[in-house]
Amino acid sequence: MTAAKSHIYGLLAEFDTPEALIAAAEKVRDAGYRRTDAFSPFPVHGLAAALGLQRTRVALITLLCGICGGLGAYGMMWFSSVIAYPFNIGGRPPHSWPAFVPITFELTVLGAAFGALLGMLALNGLPQPYHPLFNVQRFADHASRDCFFIAIDAADPKFELSDTRAFLESLQPQHVSEVPR
Amino acid sequence: MTDQVIQPGHTFATVTDKIASIVLTRPIGRGWLVLVVITGFLTIMLSTAVGYLLAVGVGIWGVDVPVAWGFAIVNFVWWIGIGHAGTFISAFLLLLRQDWRTSINRFAEAMTLFAVACAGLFPLLHLGRPWFFYWLFPYPNTMKLWPQWRSPLVWDVFAVSTYATVSLIFWYVGLIPDLATLRDRSRHRVGRVVYGILAMGWRNSARHWHRYQMAYLLLAGLAAPLVVSVHSIVGMDFASAQLPGWHSTIFPPYFVAGAIFSGFAMVMTLAIPLRAVYGLKDFITARHLDNCAKLMLVTGLIVAYGYSSEIFLAWLSGNEFEWYMTTNRMGGAYGPAFWALILCNVVIPQSLWFKRVRVNPKTLWIVSLVINVGMWLERYVIVITSLHRDFLPSSWGMYYPTIWDWATFIGTLGFFLLCVLLFIRVLPAISIFEMRELVHETSLAPAPAAAEGGK
Repeated sequence: MTAAKSHIYGLLAEFDTPEALIAAAEKVRDAGYRRTDAFSPFPVHGLAAALGLQRTRVALITLLCGICGGLGAYGMMWFSSVIAYPFNIGGRPPHSWPAFVPITFELTVLGAAFGALLGMLALNGLPQPYHPLFNVQRFADHASRDCFFIAIDAADPKFELSDTRAFLESLQPQHVSEVPR
Repeated sequence: MTDQVIQPGHTFATVTDKIASIVLTRPIGRGWLVLVVITGFLTIMLSTAVGYLLAVGVGIWGVDVPVAWGFAIVNFVWWIGIGHAGTFISAFLLLLRQDWRTSINRFAEAMTLFAVACAGLFPLLHLGRPWFFYWLFPYPNTMKLWPQWRSPLVWDVFAVSTYATVSLIFWYVGLIPDLATLRDRSRHRVGRVVYGILAMGWRNSARHWHRYQMAYLLLAGLAAPLVVSVHSIVGMDFASAQLPGWHSTIFPPYFVAGAIFSGFAMVMTLAIPLRAVYGLKDFITARHLDNCAKLMLVTGLIVAYGYSSEIFLAWLSGNEFEWYMTTNRMGGAYGPAFWALILCNVVIPQSLWFKRVRVNPKTLWIVSLVINVGMWLERYVIVITSLHRDFLPSSWGMYYPTIWDWATFIGTLGFFLLCVLLFIRVLPAISIFEMRELVHETSLAPAPAAAEGGK
């Protein structure tokens, strides 16, 4: 890594419409950059494909947590009424499964909801107290309002400050700025 | 005009600034302050009533044999039902891709949380010794006892606590991008720090949005059946008893419909003043009022079907206790409550067939208040008239709520409104990022009505 690379986080290009952002993201992807990210004040349909993102694992985590919740709930009720404290209530069998369905359902949902929340946060690397992008004033003011950005990370193997800058300029952005660390 | 979900001419920047300004820059109004003081006093009244109950016991309430369920259960079912519309709007309407949900889902979800908080209070206080509430949960204890898994009351503990938790998660996930917006827009250090911590470093990254949207969709898919299950289980609390007037298979579905009916009425009760006071008529348009009114009409008709089915089945059963309960409900000591409920829930909502009533905020607001009262009366009639005269005439009795019953109930109303008032001033009452998305979508495919409205 050269000295020029180490003191900056990367380059940030600004666009004014979601359509321009998607078009630019496709060109960045086709140019072979991999450590890239795009920023939009709302989820833009088609942007994930333009960046070449894979399917997320959030759904899988949610499913697994839901299964754990459901099995845990049913197992707990089975254990307590069959093994730990069998008790005859109105002649019902200890393992009266229909009565166990509602709580099994509730705890499946509870487990899955925690899976969706924590899975999403963990895969996104949140909470994150500091990020270099907020050093760019335009980003801090407008990324959550009305502007669209593409960042190319200096750690990308294809990243070369002047070449990458020239490449981003060729995408006709509003601005290109260096992101200090 | 009524076909629009957002007035034309808005951009990403204007929706952001308009909604964020209510929280960040708008000065505190005199009306808001007066309401906060009033609801604050009601909240103090609630804590006094609860404190006295903890000191003395449930004997301060009107509950007694044979009516052991009284106001506590009436209010519990009423509050939890109100909460259901919030989840219905956020989850069902998201899954059905109803774009008009966007501007009302955030505060409807907040309403859910506050209503569930009020609801949860009542069964806890009704326990008799509320400080032993944790006995309801399975935990290793010296008595080696477990909860009774075959009882709907235990199902209720799990259903309501799951519902409260999942509603909170769903609401918070929906808030994260907006908290980031407030963090970036706030010009005050405290605001930046607090919103910054709550936003957890959200930076609107496409990689994050990608996972976020999946998580949000999954949470909606989980919350939708959850809503149905929660009020079904509340219905089963009644239906699994042998008591005439409760022992009926119609209860779970008719409770769910009633919950959504009363919840939409509460959404309208809050939304109509909110849009007028905070100038949000561009976002909560006549179309929203119209759609919510139609949903109230439909769920109201389902509830009316539930009432008639109950009466018909009591007659069809040929069971003398069932039929006595029905005639006693209509013509007995609590007959006026029954007829008032029919007036509020069946007769008056028929005015919603008329478009003039649906799109006029004043008439719609009055109808929704009437429905709120009617749904409270419905639970009152179900709980009290069924219990007060059951099988044995020797164990018949009357129920009289005491001043502490009223203080607790009215206190929760104050607490609920206080939470709503504070929420409006500290968090965005309308989802900002979803409104930006809506601006984008409506600009891509202008509806025919949008062109008309622009003239």
